[in-house]
Amino acid sequence: MGMTVVEKILARASGLTSVKAGEVVEPRVDLAMSHENAALVINQFKEIYEGTGREAKPWDPSRIAIIFDHRVPAESPKTATNQKRIREFVGKHGISKFHDVRGDVGGICHQILPEYGYVRPGAVIVGTDSHTTSHGALGAFSFGIGATEMASVWALGFALNIEVPATIKVVVSGKFSEYVGPKDLILHIIGLLTAQGANFRAIEFHGETIRAMSTSGRLVLCNMSVEAGATSGIVPGDAETLRYLREEAGVVDTVPLTTPDADASYERIVEIDVTTLTPQIACPHMVDNVKPIAEVAGKAVQQIVIGSCTNGRLDDLAMAADILRGKKVAQTVRMLVFPASGRIFGQALDLGYVHDLMRAGAVVMNSGCGPCLGVHEGALGDDETALSTTNRNFKGRMGNPKSEVYLCSPAVAAASAITGTITDPSKGGK
Amino acid sequence: MPKIIIKLGADISTDDIYPGRYMATVLPTETPAFCFADRTDFNTRLKAKEFEPGSIILGGENFGCGSSREQAASAIHGYGLIVVAQSISRIFLQNAINLGLRVVICPTIEAEEGHDLALQPTEIVNLTTGRQFAIQPLPPARQAIIDAGGLIPFTRRRLQAT
Repeated sequence: MGMTVVEKILARASGLTSVKAGEVVEPRVDLAMSHENAALVINQFKEIYEGTGREAKPWDPSRIAIIFDHRVPAESPKTATNQKRIREFVGKHGISKFHDVRGDVGGICHQILPEYGYVRPGAVIVGTDSHTTSHGALGAFSFGIGATEMASVWALGFALNIEVPATIKVVVSGKFSEYVGPKDLILHIIGLLTAQGANFRAIEFHGETIRAMSTSGRLVLCNMSVEAGATSGIVPGDAETLRYLREEAGVVDTVPLTTPDADASYERIVEIDVTTLTPQIACPHMVDNVKPIAEVAGKAVQQIVIGSCTNGRLDDLAMAADILRGKKVAQTVRMLVFPASGRIFGQALDLGYVHDLMRAGAVVMNSGCGPCLGVHEGALGDDETALSTTNRNFKGRMGNPKSEVYLCSPAVAAASAITGTITDPSKGGK
Repeated sequence: MPKIIIKLGADISTDDIYPGRYMATVLPTETPAFCFADRTDFNTRLKAKEFEPGSIILGGENFGCGSSREQAASAIHGYGLIVVAQSISRIFLQNAINLGLRVVICPTIEAEEGHDLALQPTEIVNLTTGRQFAIQPLPPARQAIIDAGGLIPFTRRRLQAT
């Protein structure tokens, strides 16, 4: 029996010739990523060494990445002090993949990792963030863990007691209609699978639509796979992966690709044709409460958010700028835009997108997690509604349990900003 | 006998258990103050220590979905509570086991707030209704971490063996 791509990656990383779903392995970790919660990882890491007589030194500082994004610039003395402690740790141990609060090399961790070539096909990546699933877009097996588990990885260099996940194969065919894209596809998939339909499982993406999709779009699919509960989403590496790594991530060395065997065993195969797919909206307060836009169009919103690790890339900003160029954001709406990285922000400036968006009335904010998780900017008032390209709409997600969040694509968000109501971009708001 | 102090529905997210705006707080000694912070009444009763350690939070399907924030597990653990749920999201389950928060998966559980439960090795007995429900055993790989007293001692042992 052949292996899925995740089984192949885990077999190699565990020094085994083959593994199958359900087996427990201890894979070598190629990259271990944290953000501000490295503050907690450092505490736990030091505790592991207590009483051992050994010095608390990470197994391989070159394989640790730390990116500040959740609260940038710091919103409180507590965060600022956490960031300061992390900087000291980074300096002491020579952690080179460190991205501080900066306009040039800063940004959201799930954008920085691919952008700087830290993600390679076939790699095992762990991150103290649930959206670490993103990096499957480049053919890596990449999954979220807690801070204590990360401390254990820093000490040992491998992940302990990992169950090889069963895999759901999603095969996508057809060509998207105008203004329909990867975000609509993944919302549709989450609606189909439900919020726990892929719990303890991997989702492997295949089909002509995926082959034709840019890495940016694949990042959207894998990013939100966790919203169906998936351990990881993964697009096996292909020609587009190699193109992205060379042209956009500046990778010059040879990159081998890992692909699944033709006779791999899948728990379930889901086939989707996107030809007739319309814009999809995840309604409050669950990401799997997904409806076609026709069912919610006309709903008034007070805040539009475009950005995040899900939809803050250049193609997302280009779409928004195209729709809003020469138009105005409705007076009843606040529109917030936060690019996924400093590099993307710079490109959007050069291409005039930032100007287009600001002239229309949008507030363009610094790169970071921004309003997505309700920490320090873009909070909602009581009984207010946001329409957002981010990834979660749980009650209270944007900082106020008395508000509600709808999730959508950048095209829907931009068209709705003009009308002040949820609007299908193919039908108006242009 | 352990009493159910709150019955929650399906898909209780870690944003609900530990809202994002308190994530700069990381110490297990400090996170319990923000446990279910947006459920003001329950949070107030937790902080007033109204509940005996060993009391039960009853969840539905997909308990702990969403963010990987470990504070969600440490905040509940700080009160010595137990989570019983029909199913538990992967990262929350692993965080709970790593920190020593007791979690019990019981897919068919039927119980209400105020009921007393007896947690036995392979089943839960609802002492209020007299009914019994099978527990879904944790994978052996996770049981090993529980038996070691959490991931920190488990890893420390592995480190010392190398």
